[in-house]
Amino acid sequence: MWHLFNSLVSPKKFFGLSNRLLPWLSALFVLTFSYGMLGGLVLAPADYLQGDGFRIIYVHAPCAFLSLFIYAVMATAAVAGIVWRIKLAFLVMRHSAPIGAGFTLLALVTGSLWGKPMWGTWWIWDARLTSELILLFLYIGIMLFQSAMSQKQVGGRATAILVLVGFVDIPIIHYSVYWWNTLHQGSTLKVFAPSAIDSSMLYPLLAMIVAFLTYYAIVLFLRMSYELTALDANHHWIRETR
Amino acid sequence: MTKILMDFLNMGGYGFYVWSAYGCMFAFLLSQWFLPWRRWQKYLREQKNKP
Repeated sequence: MWHLFNSLVSPKKFFGLSNRLLPWLSALFVLTFSYGMLGGLVLAPADYLQGDGFRIIYVHAPCAFLSLFIYAVMATAAVAGIVWRIKLAFLVMRHSAPIGAGFTLLALVTGSLWGKPMWGTWWIWDARLTSELILLFLYIGIMLFQSAMSQKQVGGRATAILVLVGFVDIPIIHYSVYWWNTLHQGSTLKVFAPSAIDSSMLYPLLAMIVAFLTYYAIVLFLRMSYELTALDANHHWIRETR
Repeated sequence: MTKILMDFLNMGGYGFYVWSAYGCMFAFLLSQWFLPWRRWQKYLREQKNKP
């Protein structure tokens, strides 16, 4: 196990792995994304209450899910980096933050665009919306913090601690719709119970979530392989592989 | 034919909100992917041109 981790940290190995995986991930992304788009915009019937306006769910819910998921990945990476001192872990953490911030911003913007026609307001200081906004500030804070750190090794550990402190916001966001009275509707997808929507609406939503997850992996690999190869050292093998 | 297309674009009166949301998503996905990709291509070009 230890050997596997170590070999992944080697830039050459990681470069090879991500080069092998990228075409497959891209194909999976194109497939799930086009099915999600087609299913969400055309195949799924209009909602009985919200009409065609509900179709924003196919953008909004996956973005919101990714904003929480990426933070969970960053927290896991932070633990791995602090406890086992895996170099790759801090790299995952550092390059996930901008992607996570983007998805959080997108979740807020699309939520706003959904809230205006359905609730009659762009924004309200309610539990779900406010905690998600705090998540955006956390992401931005983490990005600013790590860019202010001049020494990479110390900076990685300090950022990891900041990430772990901020993790307290994640369960608050998730449970906010149950703990407080809020305008926001409850969860549509449930792990341990049947989902709250019909399968014709559900499958495109699941496809969009898979598409966004693969998209995250693709961008993360692109960013990480760039840092490992271009910034860390001037490797001669990169010319041989091309 | 035009009517079907117009109905689709109109989205039962929610057209503006639905298409803005989808537009934001497309802009985000494209830019987040394009920027690292372009940086990567530039780097590879520089490596190739090195003596």
